[in-house]
Amino acid sequence: MPFILNPTAHLDPKILTDKLEKELQRLGFGEGLVEAAIKDKNIVGLCCDLTGSTKMDLFRDAYPDRFIEIGVAEQNMISVAAGMALEDKIPFAASYAVFNPGRSWDQIRISVCYSRANVKIVGAHAGISVGKDGATHQGLEDIASVRAIPNLSILAPADYEETKKATLAIAKFKGPVYIRFGRETVPKITTAKTPFQIGKAEVFVAGSDVSIIACGPMVFEAIKASQNLYPKIKAEVINCHTIKPLDIETIIESVKKTGAVVTAEEAQITGGLGGAIAEILAENYPCPMERIGVRDTFGESGAPDELMDKYCLRAKHIEKAVRQVLSRKRLLPE
Amino acid sequence: MDAEIAKLKGIACDCRIDMLKALATAESGHTAAPMGIMDFLVAMYFKILNIDPKNPQKSDRDRFVLSCGHYAPALYAVMAHRGFFPIKELLTLRDLNSRLQGHPHNLALPGIENTSGPLGQGISQAVGMALAAKIDQKKHHIYCLTSDGETQEGQVWEALMLAPARELDNLTCFVDRNFIQIDGNTEDVVPLEPLAKKYQAFGWHTIEIDGHNFNQIIDGCLQAKSTHLPTMIILNTIPGKAVKEIENDFTWHGKPPTPEEAERFIKELK
Repeated sequence: MPFILNPTAHLDPKILTDKLEKELQRLGFGEGLVEAAIKDKNIVGLCCDLTGSTKMDLFRDAYPDRFIEIGVAEQNMISVAAGMALEDKIPFAASYAVFNPGRSWDQIRISVCYSRANVKIVGAHAGISVGKDGATHQGLEDIASVRAIPNLSILAPADYEETKKATLAIAKFKGPVYIRFGRETVPKITTAKTPFQIGKAEVFVAGSDVSIIACGPMVFEAIKASQNLYPKIKAEVINCHTIKPLDIETIIESVKKTGAVVTAEEAQITGGLGGAIAEILAENYPCPMERIGVRDTFGESGAPDELMDKYCLRAKHIEKAVRQVLSRKRLLPE
Repeated sequence: MDAEIAKLKGIACDCRIDMLKALATAESGHTAAPMGIMDFLVAMYFKILNIDPKNPQKSDRDRFVLSCGHYAPALYAVMAHRGFFPIKELLTLRDLNSRLQGHPHNLALPGIENTSGPLGQGISQAVGMALAAKIDQKKHHIYCLTSDGETQEGQVWEALMLAPARELDNLTCFVDRNFIQIDGNTEDVVPLEPLAKKYQAFGWHTIEIDGHNFNQIIDGCLQAKSTHLPTMIILNTIPGKAVKEIENDFTWHGKPPTPEEAERFIKELK
């Protein structure tokens, strides 16, 4: 049997070849926002002096009367967005993840989440692949920092198409949402036909030996790892684009089958996707687990590819973690 | 007019009495600033605001945003007297399962527009409401009360910068200038003066009035509606107003009266 992608996920078969295509996730956000705004006149956009790099400029140009330039003031942006949401607007408030939620956490907690204001918090340039701007601009703590706040959903889509779908979905979803995505072009994994539902993890590769649970651009690295490990090790790959609420059912179902887990995210392993999954496994189905992510350290300047290598965020690092977790699995009593 | 002012003064007195009872029963809460702001809140809720206690969500209502959430006891007292909820419910202030949360929560009590407590977010929330009203071409007015100590928060100035840039003439803010904060006199903690000049420099139509003078409050609000700029009204108030023993004493910022003290204060008010 050759290595195959889960047919019901309708992924782009080119990702298994040298001919894979890449696109910006933030373009998916910008296009998705404009498409959502056509359907819903209550959607408004707010941005902190980063309309070009967040791709909020597409919305600004299409709907100038519904766009608010806030200037460099992230705390103000989130509370202003909350005020608009209390008046039935659906605000998308965008900046870089290091600033939003980095600087706007209290406003997210009080003005948005506790108030149940229907604000969509957008963190662009998340992850270490931000590159040469260095550690100050690499958003790695964003997921952990907002995950403890009640009433907030957290999304980290995998690629361009999924970011577009996620943007459209959260525009319809009533309630506070944080969505994060990176700066660089990333492989196009999903297609228009790939299922997407907030809170529903998708099996992208079926397997029986280990569950690799990933989010964001690390989903591609996970698929590549699974392909490289095959056929000796059959690694299931789950795209867990919604970190909160976590799809416990899909994750536990997979782990009951495989008995071992590797998580992969372009964020701090502390309190992010890996932390969230460790919590539910400990409570529901304890088993050996390894986490791929930035390991409690700041990043630095460098080319995105160099940083992904240096900080161990590649398929080869996932493969190593799989072997490690499988060796631990064998040590467990039957 | 004089009869109307006399009536408002009477309501403010009743509100102070009921608030002191609530604070003493709760054994927790802020006393000084809520006492000092009561005349202003009565003027707003009984004279200025287009609101309907029987229909607190009506879409053309004026919005009143409380930025300094620790003023909640005063807001609750005035809302109860205005008919938003029974006056006797004031005695549940800060209790478990009460709608009168220690700091106001928009989802807890009909008529509360926003959530506050952590300082500095109210003007931003009000700016958001004013922007939404502009987009929808709605005619209601947005009012926001802030405190002076709160003005040390950086976010306040972010919002103050944005409102004139967006020409929000449907927004009027107030700052309760009572000169006290938890650690002492504002000018000893971190000076705010020259406060009026700062607001003016940020592009606000700025008025300074006596926050206990009903005529000045009403005139100030009328004036605010006649400019093309957002307006900031500095309310000079006396913290602890109407009870000589606590007036201007910053140690009364964050504590409630004991039942005995409340009884003594209420006697003085009557």
